[in-house]
Amino acid sequence: MRTAGIVAIAVFRESVRDKVFYNLVLFAVLLVGASILIGQLTAGQDVKIIKDLGLSATSVFGIFIAIFVGISVVSKEVDRRSVYPLLAKPISRSQLIAGKYAGLLLTLLVNMAVMTIALYGVLYFLARGVPENVQHAWDTPALDPALLKAIALIYVDVAVVTAVALFFSSYSSPMLSAVFTLGVYVVGQFNADLKRFDQIVNAPAAIYLAKAAYYVLPDFGRFDVKLAVVHGIPVPAGYIAASALYALAYIAALLFGAMAIFSRRDFK
Amino acid sequence: MSAPAIRTHELTKDFPVGFWRPRPYRALDRLSIDVAPGDVFGFLGPNGAGKTTTLKLLMQLVFPTSGTAEILGRPAGDVSVRRRIGYLPENPYFYDHLTAEELLDYYARLFGMSAAERRTRILATLDRLGIGAERRLQLRKFSKGMLQRVGIAQALLNDPEVIFLDEPMSGLDPLGRRDVRALILELRDAGRTIFFSSHILSDAEALCSRVAIVAKGRLAGTGRLADLQEFAVLGWELVVGNVPADALERVKGRARRVVTIAADRYAIDIAPDGHPEDLLRDLTAAGATLVSLNPVRETLEDVFVRRVAAVGDGAR
Repeated sequence: MRTAGIVAIAVFRESVRDKVFYNLVLFAVLLVGASILIGQLTAGQDVKIIKDLGLSATSVFGIFIAIFVGISVVSKEVDRRSVYPLLAKPISRSQLIAGKYAGLLLTLLVNMAVMTIALYGVLYFLARGVPENVQHAWDTPALDPALLKAIALIYVDVAVVTAVALFFSSYSSPMLSAVFTLGVYVVGQFNADLKRFDQIVNAPAAIYLAKAAYYVLPDFGRFDVKLAVVHGIPVPAGYIAASALYALAYIAALLFGAMAIFSRRDFK
Repeated sequence: MSAPAIRTHELTKDFPVGFWRPRPYRALDRLSIDVAPGDVFGFLGPNGAGKTTTLKLLMQLVFPTSGTAEILGRPAGDVSVRRRIGYLPENPYFYDHLTAEELLDYYARLFGMSAAERRTRILATLDRLGIGAERRLQLRKFSKGMLQRVGIAQALLNDPEVIFLDEPMSGLDPLGRRDVRALILELRDAGRTIFFSSHILSDAEALCSRVAIVAKGRLAGTGRLADLQEFAVLGWELVVGNVPADALERVKGRARRVVTIAADRYAIDIAPDGHPEDLLRDLTAAGATLVSLNPVRETLEDVFVRRVAAVGDGAR
């Protein structure tokens, strides 16, 4: 645990120095720019749109970092051979994988925490000039704490994507890992549809394949509660907990898979 | 005899080659060696002989197809053993974004050193390797030679009992090479076991108590240098000065070769049965002065060439 923690801190430091956090500048510019523009074009809907935009941008940036940093964090170590002196130290390959994953989660956590603060900041400034009687007519308050539920599930979502990226990069090239991870993510968005595939087509083989994909691939759709939160539809705590547990099971399976593969890999 | 610090038994590694129908390529073939504690062991061989593969097998960076490897009596893959060893890979590469100090701090944490211990060890190790103010520069700004020094520093950070060095002189200038040679001898005097691979024979000759020669993945010879070298005299080298011209002419008929090495100074190559004492007596009688007379014995290079050639094309 301690050893994995040391690796995690190193991954975080590398992310900072590799300027991974530059995306935050883009996020801030996007959010502030959009709020100014939307504030002038819409009447009363601007807070809702900014919430929607802010949550979507948080998700997109999170997924982007999860895939592109996730696939490179192990492969870079192997390709550049920095793994050679590292594995001659008292650290197992499994601890290395665990540490890399924890470091990525830490990077994403800090990144998303800053994006969350920025989103609440913009919403605060937008709501400041709006009379209270107008604010009462909104579905949800500007500084709605329920936004945190959506952000928590976005974090769970990117945590699963990171585990997928790490799994593929434990044996594949960065390019292929990116393609595979993106593929799993996209198909996983439509996981619920795969379950109902027998209602759309009549080919037994296709139905069988769709069912198999449904059970194997993570259901990324269940982590997306952005619209519900923005429109004030309640998201029960039980749903969030169940989704987190579901994600945890996938993450555990993927990490064990990555550790098993990485532990048997020859570094030629 | 004490238990070996390093032992390999029938260690073999095949790599698959080819995309569609991979065939095994034998990079190392049944290598069995023992390295005693306190030895400076030279692992010699031409390029592609299997030296780096052996080191990778010992570090468990690759896994053996068959056979075993042990370090300090434990299987090579044992994580606990890594607390007691140091390893310098060939052409080491580290994290660009870290400084030398930060890199060593990262590794020192993995060894579980306390903050005070880390500070002391890092300072001492960097000083020992002659890494001065550069220690606060990011490694991306380091030259190849400086990276090599950092590589050696990280291998010595935990004061290891056994040190594996893969081509330690690579990328170093003559001063750097001299420093590393002195460092290896210092480590030897401190009772450390050093296993270093090289194809630079002069380094091995100057440093090693024992060597192994590998060629085409096979062990071509192992033992103390003196045991490997055929101690029979291969000839004599006589160096003389002030030789009269007529005496020199007479000598040419009795020597294998006469070479002018300086003004009025000659190196005379005499066959093993060429009776150098007679030749020397005649030359001094004619007025020549003796500079030196030495037997010519087999060098490590001769042993190396002979052993590598003996492996022939049969292997692999």
